[in-house]
Amino acid sequence: MAYQMNFAPVMALAPQLVEGALNTLILSGQAIVAGLAIGIVGAVSRTEGPRWLDRAVGVYVELFRNTPLLVQLFLIFFGLPYIGIRLSANMAAIIAIALNLGAYSTEILRAGLQAIPRTQVEAGLALGLSRLQVVRYVVIIPALRIIYPALTGQLTLTLLGSSIASAISATELTAAGARIESTTFRSLETFLCIAVIYITMTFAFRFVYWLVGLWLFRRKAPPKPSLIADVTEVSRAGA
Amino acid sequence: MIRSFGWESVEFLIRGAGWTLLLSLMTFVVGGFFALIFALLRTLGPKPVRLAIAGFIQLVQATPLLIVVFLAFYGLSFMGLHFPPMVAAGVSLAVYTTAFLADIWRGCIEAIPKQQWEAADALALTRIQQLRYVILPQAFKISLGPTVGFMVQIVKNTSVVALIGFVELTRAGQLLNNMTFQPFHVFLTVAAIYFAICYPLSFLSERLKGNRHVRPAH
Amino acid sequence: MSALHINEIKKYFGALLVLDGVSLDIEPSEVVAVIGRSGSGKSTMLRCINGLEKIQAGSIEVAGHRIGPQGGDLRSLRKEVGMVFQSYNLFPHLTVMENVTLAPKVVKGVDRQEAEAIAHDVLRRVGLAEKSGAYADELSGGQQQRVAIARSLAMQPKVMLFDEVTSALDPELTGEVLKTMEELADAGMTMVLVTHEMGFARQVADRTVFMHKGKIWEQGPSEELFANPQTPELRNFIAPNLK
Ligand SMILES: Nc1ncnc2c1ncn2[C@@H]1O[C@H](COP(=O)(O)OP(=O)(O)OP(=O)(O)O)[C@@H](O)[C@H]1O
Ligand SMILES: [Mg+2]
Repeated sequence: MAYQMNFAPVMALAPQLVEGALNTLILSGQAIVAGLAIGIVGAVSRTEGPRWLDRAVGVYVELFRNTPLLVQLFLIFFGLPYIGIRLSANMAAIIAIALNLGAYSTEILRAGLQAIPRTQVEAGLALGLSRLQVVRYVVIIPALRIIYPALTGQLTLTLLGSSIASAISATELTAAGARIESTTFRSLETFLCIAVIYITMTFAFRFVYWLVGLWLFRRKAPPKPSLIADVTEVSRAGA
Repeated sequence: MIRSFGWESVEFLIRGAGWTLLLSLMTFVVGGFFALIFALLRTLGPKPVRLAIAGFIQLVQATPLLIVVFLAFYGLSFMGLHFPPMVAAGVSLAVYTTAFLADIWRGCIEAIPKQQWEAADALALTRIQQLRYVILPQAFKISLGPTVGFMVQIVKNTSVVALIGFVELTRAGQLLNNMTFQPFHVFLTVAAIYFAICYPLSFLSERLKGNRHVRPAH
Repeated sequence: MSALHINEIKKYFGALLVLDGVSLDIEPSEVVAVIGRSGSGKSTMLRCINGLEKIQAGSIEVAGHRIGPQGGDLRSLRKEVGMVFQSYNLFPHLTVMENVTLAPKVVKGVDRQEAEAIAHDVLRRVGLAEKSGAYADELSGGQQQRVAIARSLAMQPKVMLFDEVTSALDPELTGEVLKTMEELADAGMTMVLVTHEMGFARQVADRTVFMHKGKIWEQGPSEELFANPQTPELRNFIAPNLK
């Protein structure tokens, strides 16, 4: 007799799912804010900073892009106490995810800054704008427009990647799922529900990016990024 | 039984890394096989097929890899069959890889200017011949960088199956940590091994992307 | 019997009627120039002749192969009809030799040796015999366009279509391509060429067709048409071109 799907026990715990989803949003929201901040500092350091700083940030970027998030998480959560730094599961997760996103967004933002022709900056300076004003009025929007698909794609991956935090029982959706699974023994049903929630959140995120994009780039239709740029961006995708 | 971190431990981890490599390779081969078919059908197939593939790609890309792994793990046993974690690991990683690589390769095919299709069309080549002789060789060249770049993601992604108990590098690290209670050494070494595998691939990928314009398309 | 027979073709892009009942008969060895304003449907007509665009009414017949709104045997038709594009469209991953031999080999099943013999012959005709090992990006625009002509010639088509093949070229390079085309015309090739080079049309084409609003507005022997335009539209069109 084949196994019968039964969603009722899982649905009875729906409030836990909702809470898990909210916690995922909070956790990844915090990591995104911190990660983007790191990315901005990293990108500016690489383009404007002295050579050694560029190098140092480069090392950080390569270290974090070439090791799995899960191992980064273990190292921070289990490893750091060994050298006297003790973190809660949630804090460890936020730090790991933020550092990971920071590495990717450093490179994405740097690509954006470098895509703006020097002549644009020079034209701005020649008009008597300060460096900061040039960045504010001349560089940011066109640069953002170029990298917008890559950047938002990376944010989606960050949201989804936060499920890894369940490995150290941080409070988020996948961990909530694991708990529900262990009380209901309805494994497949539980994780199907969880998948649906993640998919819904992802599409909601995309909708928000689209709205924000409309507003940010309201002056002119965003240029169609070259397909090769798309390809490069997608190739970074993964946990 | 290993009690403290030493050469023996490193050896243990390297054996785990062997499984990581094997799993990555399998994932790339199986995932790549389906990705190629999907990429071709996604650009050239009949409309319902194109939509179905686009839908599959969208859904997988909107699901965390870990959840895909869990679904495969529990889904397979749902079918009443008992599989070792290896199978669930391989299946889920391949599915995930298919969705991403198919998308990357579709991008490469679509990056070939449509005039190339037309020129081949005007020379009376069949659709298949156009692909075989004109489009795919060019798409292949631009796909190299992104594809090698995605291999890095595959290697890193395999770490997730540690969470269903498949003993690859990360799981080996967890086990070793339980034996030695030296998480800092253990996970730092684990990270170093991943880096040693991934960094050369990343480097190669960037080089390949940089050389994309050797033979520019007009 | 005519080499190319176009009968009342209509072509829509969505709701836009781009070819509005075009008919044209071209005799073997005849050279027909097509002129007209931008957007008048010249390129679309050429692309329909080669089946790159579907037609919604009428028919096109070349060497016994007929296509209509239901399609038809496009591949057989294309074997008889060569096409050269404004943007050359050489295959960048192949050498000149490979560009030229590809279609004879895979479409006609000609063996390598014979294909290369054909290629040598056509490359010599366009004056590029010594470039057979080069890639497109190692050639000038004019040379690329001549390779494109050779590539098309290698299929030994009955009719060749040229769509503004000199428009993307620097002025000093148009001469070599026009010369190649003139030699082809002299050798008896049946040609339909869309061009903005009025002088060339007048001098080389036996007949010139003026398209306007998706119709053949006026046509006649080139000399006569240019010397004595009948419609105000054609008069307006060629006026700035005549000194
Ligand atoms: N693929 C297409 N989709 C929609 N409309 C098209 C397409 N191709 C051409 N058109 C329209 O059909 C009309 C005729 O275009 P066509 O390219 O045949 O003009 P043309 O005479 O060759 O002009 P030009 O001298 O600029 O090359 C134009 O209004 C054009 O905008
Ligand atoms: Mg045109």
